[in-house]
Amino acid sequence: MRYLPLTESDRRSMLATIGAASVDDLFRDVPMAARHSGPIPELPGHMGELEVERLLGSMAARNLAAGSCPSFLGAGSYRHHVPSTVDYMIQRGEFLTAYTPYQPEISQGTLQVLFEFQTQVALLTGMDVANASMYDGATSCSEAVKMANRITRRKKAILSGGLHPHYRDVTTTDAAFTGFDAVTLPPDAFGGEDLAGMVDAQTSCVVVQYPSVFGRIYDYTELAKSCQAKGALLIVVVTEAVSLGLLTPPGDMGADIVAAEGQSFGNPLNFGGPYVGLFACKEKYVRQMPGRLCGQTVDADGKRGFVLTLSTREQHIRREKATSNICTNSGLCALAFSIHVSLLGEEGLAGLARLNHAKAVQLAEKLAGVKGVEVVNDAFFNEFTVKLPKPAAGVVETLAQRRILAGVPASRLFPGEHPDLLLVAATETNTDSDMDAFAQALAEVL
Amino acid sequence: MNNQGRPTAIPAPTSAAGDTVTGNRGLRIEEPLIFEQDSPGRCGVDLPALPDVGLRLGPVKPRGSIGLPGLSEPQVVRHYTRLSQKNYAIDAGLYPLGSCTMKHNPRLNEKMARLPGFADVHPLQPESTVQGALALMDELAHWLKALTGMPAVTLAPAAGAHGEMAGMMAIRAALEHRGEGARKRVLVPESAHGTNPATAAAIGYSVDPIPATAEGRVDLEALKAKLGPDVAAIMLTNPNTCGLFERDIIAIAEVVHAAGAFFYCDGANFNAIVGRVMPAELGIDAMHINLHKTFSTPHGGGGPGSGPVVFSAALAPFVPVPYVRKDGDRFVLVEREGEGGTAYGRMKAFHGQMGMFVRALSYMLSHGADGLWQASGDAVLNANYLMARLNDVMTAPFEGPCMHECLFDDRFLKGTGVSTLDIAKALIDEGFHPMTMYFPLVVHGALLIEPTETESKDALDQFVTALRALAERAKTGDAAWFQAAPRFTPRRRLDETAAARKPVLRWAPEPERLEAAE
Repeated sequence: MRYLPLTESDRRSMLATIGAASVDDLFRDVPMAARHSGPIPELPGHMGELEVERLLGSMAARNLAAGSCPSFLGAGSYRHHVPSTVDYMIQRGEFLTAYTPYQPEISQGTLQVLFEFQTQVALLTGMDVANASMYDGATSCSEAVKMANRITRRKKAILSGGLHPHYRDVTTTDAAFTGFDAVTLPPDAFGGEDLAGMVDAQTSCVVVQYPSVFGRIYDYTELAKSCQAKGALLIVVVTEAVSLGLLTPPGDMGADIVAAEGQSFGNPLNFGGPYVGLFACKEKYVRQMPGRLCGQTVDADGKRGFVLTLSTREQHIRREKATSNICTNSGLCALAFSIHVSLLGEEGLAGLARLNHAKAVQLAEKLAGVKGVEVVNDAFFNEFTVKLPKPAAGVVETLAQRRILAGVPASRLFPGEHPDLLLVAATETNTDSDMDAFAQALAEVL
Repeated sequence: MNNQGRPTAIPAPTSAAGDTVTGNRGLRIEEPLIFEQDSPGRCGVDLPALPDVGLRLGPVKPRGSIGLPGLSEPQVVRHYTRLSQKNYAIDAGLYPLGSCTMKHNPRLNEKMARLPGFADVHPLQPESTVQGALALMDELAHWLKALTGMPAVTLAPAAGAHGEMAGMMAIRAALEHRGEGARKRVLVPESAHGTNPATAAAIGYSVDPIPATAEGRVDLEALKAKLGPDVAAIMLTNPNTCGLFERDIIAIAEVVHAAGAFFYCDGANFNAIVGRVMPAELGIDAMHINLHKTFSTPHGGGGPGSGPVVFSAALAPFVPVPYVRKDGDRFVLVEREGEGGTAYGRMKAFHGQMGMFVRALSYMLSHGADGLWQASGDAVLNANYLMARLNDVMTAPFEGPCMHECLFDDRFLKGTGVSTLDIAKALIDEGFHPMTMYFPLVVHGALLIEPTETESKDALDQFVTALRALAERAKTGDAAWFQAAPRFTPRRRLDETAAARKPVLRWAPEPERLEAAE
């Protein structure tokens, strides 16, 4: 077995040093009834690289890769071009095969990356501070609500109908088990929610998404003021982080906490994971944050260095009194995010965001020209909702057979509701001919 | 001198710690923050042309400057390359962190995870276009069930602690389903990982510690005394965090079940027994499996992980969505249950850590049943070998044999002025990553060493030589020498107190720079 260095002679000499007769002898504390005498018969034997590649390659070949056809899916996961440097760099063994940086003297690489990542996330969101990442945007959202509950000592969260329903579900699942109220609103496909009017003295926070799951864009400045006037916090969720390169950042609107999905930078679609949850807040709330934080300090020689800090919030120190049970986060995905953002820089990020928006504007214009199709949104970033004259799920399936991934039917996200709505996203990866093919195929099947 | 005038002898050093002009020391290069390398106008990407269309942003204005630095691609490559060189890594050497299972990460698994058919697939594509992805999830589930003997598994959780959450939610859902929601107490051994009490508390349970015996195991009598009609579950790590198999585990399961409670097992240490011991046969109801430990998906400097949970028949109906179901020759992704379903909710935005599933299955297929059998055997053999080679110079709190990790306490340092931390820092200078320190909490000054099966005997012998020498040197009372370690690292000991007292959590421009920008 190519991964196991011990030889039979090593094993014999090591057993002799130990004073054990056999490896089985070392398992003598295991009850005899639970000990198996040999490899599990229903599983196959070992394979060489060639055989594994053949087997997994055949499974991969049964999927339609989004890059092999025109693809317009979004709804919390976006196909962007990832520069080659990103994937090369994250595969350096010193990043890939290192553990959490608990020994800072030999982990300054990872720690400085985290410090830079935290700074990038704070700048993008317009917030004071950010942590070293969460599992994904949905768990960031739920952790943000729990943090707001701790800060306000209240237990009622109001979740906008523009919030991605999977983020909503992760939060309501947590609510059911941790004992807080999560008030959910119906899907906000056409606008008109009155969130400010719902905030009362029991409300810990209002959660909105920016842009919303339907692609709608709201200015939340007044909502932030209404929340804060009543002692509640405003949590802004972002599922398409590229939008932060063009839109007024949530921090400038007065958000207290921003919970976002960072997959768009540096990370492939991966069929939904691993992704990278971004988590940022106002500085005054930092001691209630979940997750790891990297901070600047000095070493014994007075040189600047970085360490994990404020760990008295965390489970390995605080145990049942921790702010969250999170331990492992999304370190390598955060590195990918950070390298991609570094390559883009100020100019590249603004340009990428502007390009995404322009592609979506083009696509909206083309789809609006298809008979029977109505573009629902006046305003959007790179994703918007269209109304079709027939159920969107069937249209999407038919177009998939023609190798066009047309978007996400609203009914997949909100079962039984808005069967005629389709969420469509465009990114820098979509060409004019992709869009023309989509519009033409749509015209043919409607 | 040779006859070309080239010096052949090494000149005597003029100064032991002579400073360089740059502050660099050969390959050890000082690297500023990326924000300190800004040159406005530089960019590391070239984007396609911007179509000439207007903005449709509605009520929101385009933002002003973001504040990101501009760098070209070669500068970015150099920045991250230099940073990478300040990290220790399993690729570079022994990484014996107890309870973390830092084993070799095969590059084949990276290659497989990057196949476009896995990496470039959107989670919301029509089911007909992702049959291979669903088949892979089903195959991974099959392996996890076969390796544990358990009838059900959820792949949704993103990491071990997230798996604990999924498992404990299942237990609470099952208790509520049978009208026993009033059970509010969870028993957790004092030696448990911090995530166990944190998880139990997070979902509204009170945490009641169980003491350990003098043999480093759960005190069965104390456990029996703590059981009662208000106990929801026990959360037990097995093999436990002292590196020992819980000999009474079957009896523990019996008394827990007799009291109407469930048995949650923290599977962080599954690497010791994989393929040899079936958790189902131990009476476990739920157990998470850290794919980033036992099945070698890379730790990546802190994540991502993946924490599938296997369930007993009693808990199998209580799982989160989504899950994969086989329907004839097609795979179906169940994202919501119909009426009367008992799935209790959703853990994560999408279907789980697909990228980690591919890597873990690639690892499993490479090993096969025979390779996994050998791997757990070698992991236990390596740990016992270290125990045997170190036992006379260090102090083990418990009698062996150990499982995949060996535990020492700090009695061998008593009166020397040298601490566990000092030993760890001195090991860094010797070129090794330290073991886990000060955990588990049930042992004073703990040093927990997990070599894993992917270390050769030579590598273990080198580690033993270094650690024995340090233990012996400590006994000579050379505390000041230890406290000055590490000396040869990119940074020496860092002031963690100062970091926490006045946290600096992000870079900010110098005031004069801000003014210049305005």
